[in-house]
Amino acid sequence: MKIDLIVNGHKRPLDVEPRVTLLDALRDELRLTGAHTGCEHGVCGACTVLIDGEPARSCLIFAVQAEGNAVTTIEAMAAGPGELGVIQDAFCATHGLQCGYCTPGMILTAHALLRDKPSPTREEIVDAISGNICRCTGYGQIVEAIELAAQRLRGANAEAVR
Amino acid sequence: MKAAAFDYIRPKSLGEATHLLAANEDARVIAGGQTLVPMMAMRLARPTLLVDIAHIDGLSGIADCGSFVTFGAMTRQAQAEKSALVRTRLPLLAAALPWVGHTPTRNRGTIGGSVANADPAAEIPLVLVTLEGSICWTSVSGQGEIAAVELFSGPMSTEMPAGAILTEVRFPVWEGPGIGVGFHEASARRSDFAYVATAAQVQLDRMGRCVRCSIGIGGALAFPQRLPRASKALEGTHLTAQDIASALSSEIAALEIMTDGHASAAYRRRVAGALAARALTDARNQAQGAHV
Ligand code: FES
Ligand code: FES
Repeated sequence: MKIDLIVNGHKRPLDVEPRVTLLDALRDELRLTGAHTGCEHGVCGACTVLIDGEPARSCLIFAVQAEGNAVTTIEAMAAGPGELGVIQDAFCATHGLQCGYCTPGMILTAHALLRDKPSPTREEIVDAISGNICRCTGYGQIVEAIELAAQRLRGANAEAVR
Repeated sequence: MKAAAFDYIRPKSLGEATHLLAANEDARVIAGGQTLVPMMAMRLARPTLLVDIAHIDGLSGIADCGSFVTFGAMTRQAQAEKSALVRTRLPLLAAALPWVGHTPTRNRGTIGGSVANADPAAEIPLVLVTLEGSICWTSVSGQGEIAAVELFSGPMSTEMPAGAILTEVRFPVWEGPGIGVGFHEASARRSDFAYVATAAQVQLDRMGRCVRCSIGIGGALAFPQRLPRASKALEGTHLTAQDIASALSSEIAALEIMTDGHASAAYRRRVAGALAARALTDARNQAQGAHV
């Protein structure tokens, strides 16, 4: 089936079987391998992308269903190759990742949270990432990373309005 | 785990969609896909045709119809969660929505899809049964409405006619003052499938006497159930701990509770009693607060 996806702001024409998930289309057809394949049935959050700005599981959407939606992947989170976005940098600073398998999903989830709630409580952070499984960190440093990113983003915004 | 092959059609109208369903016995409707896609990935479901109703006009939205609030089947759960109308008119649904999956699945999952799929652990069907709501359906041969207490017939199965599309979900509104709600759930981790979920809505008069009460249990049963005897028995009481315990005990003892690898029936029954009492207590406290 021929479809046009909009991924990271670009129109990407594709020819896929209806049974191909958005996750597989991103990884195998578009070579955007930042969205990770974990459980493939909606439990782990490794495949999280943004659909029209909101976090969603790309393994629970067939690519054909996503036609017309704006899809954002982790590849769009940095300003350029070799650079890191504020949230990504905060994850490095606090050791918010070890193997990195869960990290793209965590960062996109955090991105949506901090856009809606610039000063989330610890409870709100924990709730936001409750659908993302991490098998390495024990979550403590991930929560710290999101707190640090929130603080830096607030600082940057205050700077910008001054 | 990959789904088996299927055809995919995205009809523009309800008429087109119902004709596709009538002509293909193994066709299934897909709305948000948050229940169906995992089942297809595990090959527990193998439809030969998916009819995507996401692009049909008029199937999404929330409207206040006075005695009830209606949701177009395609209304996303996240949209309901953010709705001020839901918060003021359907406090029990508002209390339950944060328990439905997690944010990423609520962004895609729909109100209609949750009801039509009838997962025994799903929260939205539980609230619908507790409030004695209903659904509307359309097929090539006509339209109809089914009361929630008659809709669910087993795990993942409903009394909807074959080839019908669920179009609307209707939740009755209780007119205040003095309304309170409670919702509790036990699961392995936050947002995971409920072993037991309980929902309660009560209305108290100025003297703190219960004039209306509805309590429902989900997760532990093949499908969510309202407890009509306990609900009735609590009307006229002051919802003391004693009143609640004696009203609940025999009806919960008589429920047909499921056992699986996660939790035994005995455990679920005990938790159902405790969480039902907690939901009623929360509802009572909130209703008392609503009067002052
Ligand atoms: S791979 Fe999508 S949730 Fe696990
Ligand atoms: S860093 Fe390894 S799974 Fe999270």
